[in-house]
Amino acid sequence: MSIIARATLRATASRAFSRPAAFSRSFAVVTKFTTDHEYVSNNDGIATVGITKFAAEALGDIVFVELPEVGAKLDQKESMGVVESVKAASDVYMPISGEILEVNDMLKDSPATINESPLEKGWMAKIKISNPAEMDEMMTLEAYEKFCADESS
Amino acid sequence: MAALRRTALFDFHVKRGAKMVPFAGWEMPVQYKESIINSHLHTREKAGLFDVSHMLGVRFTGKDRVEFMEKMCPVDAKNLPASMGSLSVLTNEAGGIIDDCIVTNRGDDLYTVINAGHEDKDLPHFEKHIKAFHGAGKDIHMEALTGNALLALQGPKAVDVMKKLSSHSFDSMKFMQGAHMTVAGVQCFVTRSGYTGEDGFELAFKKEESEGLAAEICKNSDVMTIGLGARDSLRLEAGLCLYGNDLDDTTTPVEAGLLFVISKARRESGGFIGADVILGQINNKSAARKRIGLIVEGAPARNGAEVVDKDGKQIGVVTSGVHSPCLKKNVSMAYVATPFSKLGSEIGVKVRGKTSAAVVTKMPFVPSNYFRGA
Repeated sequence: MSIIARATLRATASRAFSRPAAFSRSFAVVTKFTTDHEYVSNNDGIATVGITKFAAEALGDIVFVELPEVGAKLDQKESMGVVESVKAASDVYMPISGEILEVNDMLKDSPATINESPLEKGWMAKIKISNPAEMDEMMTLEAYEKFCADESS
Repeated sequence: MAALRRTALFDFHVKRGAKMVPFAGWEMPVQYKESIINSHLHTREKAGLFDVSHMLGVRFTGKDRVEFMEKMCPVDAKNLPASMGSLSVLTNEAGGIIDDCIVTNRGDDLYTVINAGHEDKDLPHFEKHIKAFHGAGKDIHMEALTGNALLALQGPKAVDVMKKLSSHSFDSMKFMQGAHMTVAGVQCFVTRSGYTGEDGFELAFKKEESEGLAAEICKNSDVMTIGLGARDSLRLEAGLCLYGNDLDDTTTPVEAGLLFVISKARRESGGFIGADVILGQINNKSAARKRIGLIVEGAPARNGAEVVDKDGKQIGVVTSGVHSPCLKKNVSMAYVATPFSKLGSEIGVKVRGKTSAAVVTKMPFVPSNYFRGA
């Protein structure tokens, strides 16, 4: 059903946001967002990445997740995996260049974790950041919220 | 692109929080507030209400209507009892499928419902042959029921909902039967049919009544409005074809595994468009490909995914695929070279360059729940 597959990241819910979990370590965790609806939480050079709550809600029930290989060195914007909802498959791109240190294997058996907790339990990969300057180009939470609101209208 | 058309229930959908998407030239609800999986499961457990007004009812009158319909499709109209419907396919000269439809004998006419976006294809096709019939002095007349709306109420509780809204005797109304009746005060033609594999009803009525009737039906707490998203996963679990994906002008009913739509009488009499090709494929078992069901490991295999044999050689293509909410497995329909169509065959599908294991599986994937008599 080609039309159903034409899932877009459009949603109207303003409750599509939640703040990322606070990390207990003493480093300040900086979380930024991309226009492709990925998030990067940088904790001292190690980034936890995944898709945003806005993206998860727009996609709907996630039924399958494909994750990158641990050890892979990928550039920003390269495909790092796929999330499939009932409606369609969507690529997830590297929000930042680096080496994959760890992937969230729990998502293989429980892909819907991304719907339930995209920024916490539903993270997709941990990346050793190779070019921290890439974060500068990304949106802050406030800017991202505005970006989503504009996309929804 | 032409402007999208809206059914009489557009405002109703939006008020209920539907996300509207383009589908076959119409702007239709893909889902409401509930998730697609919850909508799907609700329909299997209770009842779902679907706006299917993007489909079009067509009626044929005239004393030669049976002969006409038997020319257009392999339906056994001659032996179709009054009030009974039969699944059929409109065929072309090459034996391909122009559309799939249910043909119902309403006593004073033959009634069918054609797929969304098919008016410009099916109606000229009918008209062309009506002209030929008229040329031969035959009596046939077609009327497209453009003033009607259509609702489908599907699920095990659908009959209880109908019983509260209509005094009709539903216990004697079996799967594929149709009847005129009043539902919540609205004159309807109702058939006990649907596209989910569940017991259920399809209601045709004047489109001005749409909002009132839909609202009355939704007053029952067992009823949830359901969009195209769950409609697709429901029909796929039920092994039902989606025209445009699983059926098209180049696919014969033999390849599509729809032999049951051609009765013994019609195999003997022939006479429908494309009969030579179709009956030839039946008699010679010469269909080179077959529609099959697949249960797929790994990622869902959707329309266009390659089907491969154990050596990785392409043997077919997936035409529909979804994650089955009931089975919690990925199910697909595919066409494969006939030798690979045997149930239990272990083959593969390629999704994003990776091959996943797939097993040819009997359809429906989820057992149907049609009402065949009390």
